[in-house]
Amino acid sequence: MDKNELLNKMKTAVLEGEIEDGEGLAKEALSAGLDPLECIEQGFVAGINEVGDLYEQGDMFLPELVAAAEVMKEALNVLEPELQKSQQSRDIHGRVLIGSVANDIHDIGKDIVASMLTASGFDVTNLGIDVPTETFISKARELTPDIMGLSALLTTTMPEQQKVVEALEEEGLKDKIKVMVGGAPVDKQWASKIKADGFAENAVEAVKVAKGLVGK
Amino acid sequence: MDKYTLTGQPSLRLLSDQQIKLIHDKALAVLQTSGVKFESEEALDILQENGAEVNFETKVAKFNPQMVDEAIKKAPSTLQLYSRDGEPAAELGGNNVHFDPGSSLIRFMESDGKTVRSSESKDLVQISRVNDSLDNIALQSTAVVCYDVPKSIGDSYRLYLCLKNSPKPVITGAFSVPGVRHMREMLAAVVGGYENLKEKPVAIFDICPSPPLKWTHISSQNIIDCARYGLPLETVSMPMPGAATPVTLAGSIVVHTAETLSGVVLAQCINPGTPVVYGGAPVHFDMHYGTTPLSAVEATMIAAGYAQMGKYFGMPTHTYAALSDSKVTDMQAGMETAMSGVIAQLAGINMISGAGGLDFVSSFSIEKLVIDNEICGSALRLNRGIDCSPESLAVDLINELGPGGNYLETEHTFKWFKKEPYIPSPVIDRRERGSWEAQGSKDIFQRAREKVAEIKENHYPKMLDDARQARLDSVTGEIMKELGIEKLPQGPH
Repeated sequence: MDKNELLNKMKTAVLEGEIEDGEGLAKEALSAGLDPLECIEQGFVAGINEVGDLYEQGDMFLPELVAAAEVMKEALNVLEPELQKSQQSRDIHGRVLIGSVANDIHDIGKDIVASMLTASGFDVTNLGIDVPTETFISKARELTPDIMGLSALLTTTMPEQQKVVEALEEEGLKDKIKVMVGGAPVDKQWASKIKADGFAENAVEAVKVAKGLVGK
Repeated sequence: MDKYTLTGQPSLRLLSDQQIKLIHDKALAVLQTSGVKFESEEALDILQENGAEVNFETKVAKFNPQMVDEAIKKAPSTLQLYSRDGEPAAELGGNNVHFDPGSSLIRFMESDGKTVRSSESKDLVQISRVNDSLDNIALQSTAVVCYDVPKSIGDSYRLYLCLKNSPKPVITGAFSVPGVRHMREMLAAVVGGYENLKEKPVAIFDICPSPPLKWTHISSQNIIDCARYGLPLETVSMPMPGAATPVTLAGSIVVHTAETLSGVVLAQCINPGTPVVYGGAPVHFDMHYGTTPLSAVEATMIAAGYAQMGKYFGMPTHTYAALSDSKVTDMQAGMETAMSGVIAQLAGINMISGAGGLDFVSSFSIEKLVIDNEICGSALRLNRGIDCSPESLAVDLINELGPGGNYLETEHTFKWFKKEPYIPSPVIDRRERGSWEAQGSKDIFQRAREKVAEIKENHYPKMLDDARQARLDSVTGEIMKELGIEKLPQGPH
């Protein structure tokens, strides 16, 4: 199989959510002597980008986003070690710290955002649910992310997003870390009010906004 | 009503007898294999003492079938609710159907039918008072969150407002640890003591597990408190297909059954005979927007299915239906409210919560409530069925009048014409075109707006007598003191 055929198969695997093919095609590409970076960017990521477009058009849905991100994850598991060996690295757009705020136990949307960000080339640390403000701050010091993503699904937990932004300001971290907020009750108005740097309504939009925030 | 009975099944039977038994089996298997998480050491202790296999580290309790069976047998089959003034108001049992407004909505829609804003205590007062005039809505509820009230008293203050403004029984719920205790005091103040309250319950406490298979600390505490005090509780399990429960309807019903039974077991372990209403708020999970429409037909089907399980177990049932996910009171709103309301009625669900609700049960419209009252009226009429008594068959009259007879002038028509049909208010238009145009060619929303204005001006809910009002105010004052609150927007201070 020639290079273009393989790259196309990788893209298709992502589009169709064929998780086993993620690993399989990555390994096949390596045996065929293909450049791992090219496989990631021209093969799998091309698939992720198209999935994003189709989702926005209303032709693809959340479970398909999740499956696409899984294919990507399997492929990266095989290809990233190879990149390190040849001392190359994937063009990581930025580092993201993401979590659901204190007292909020919802995670489905946040996890989809985390997967899509990873698939699109961000280094993501997912802190999980019910993350106290202090933890967001201490992890921010430890990991020095470019972006902090805060998820809240209840009107009663939304104010925690504001608390985190204020804590970042107090700690002098606000100018180095861009804050993105999301969740069902969150809107642009709220994001501006609490001085967040970005807001998105869904995972695909989140990737676009995140890229914008790191200047990509 | 018998336990494990197939004779109480309603008109709409989506599950066959065999499927009911199959789901029962599968739910028991889930309770035994996966178990349910309770984030409350006290709840776990109680369950362990009563025979559950408890892992205190993971906080998961696994139930054996005998324990579940015993609890089902102890749970009462019917629940009679009373008005604040001690009169029988609604009996939840069999295939009786009653409606109430949705609970804990977060926005209020103004009378223009477009503007929404955060809800406040003054809105709950209006809702309670207008709802009081609506014949087809048997109960009231803590319909909206009051954002002008401190959070610590947010749950109980709503009950205060409901008790003050209408005698109708209340569907309420606590979202604080002392909430149930505080509300019990308010109720006792109004009915004259804890014993009276146990004998003639005025309120049901909604308690929601978190899907799948989990009870938080507060919800576990609510079950414990309600059971200890002998207060009726309503478990409101919320299947979210494809997100928090299997995407298939049957799978979602299995999770609902397991979650609900786990709550029933805890309640009966604490206080055998605690009234539990087998309820829920199923949704469809939209795979594009990640939103949760409650009035999707699939959601109502889950309700109809789990209600059959509840009836099989011989318990009163509940769901969220007769509401809409539309943002405005438009045709989508009418369609969704009516469809879900009628399906829930055909499914014989005893308590149907939702009237007045829009936008994924987040926006409350009083005009919509008044329109929904008409939908409820039609649904209740449907529930009454067709009377085939000799008088109704009217064969003597048919023979007497013979071919070409005129029924309009008969005594039989005079006697039956008002009680046979459901007669809607002018919110439902039945004028002929000329007359409708002469009245201003109004659509349903405009007519509803006029009706609301008329109700606000002319309807006076029965108020509490001075003595009981004083006791309620005093109890509420105590609660305010306990919570360090000096002033509240609608009194008592």
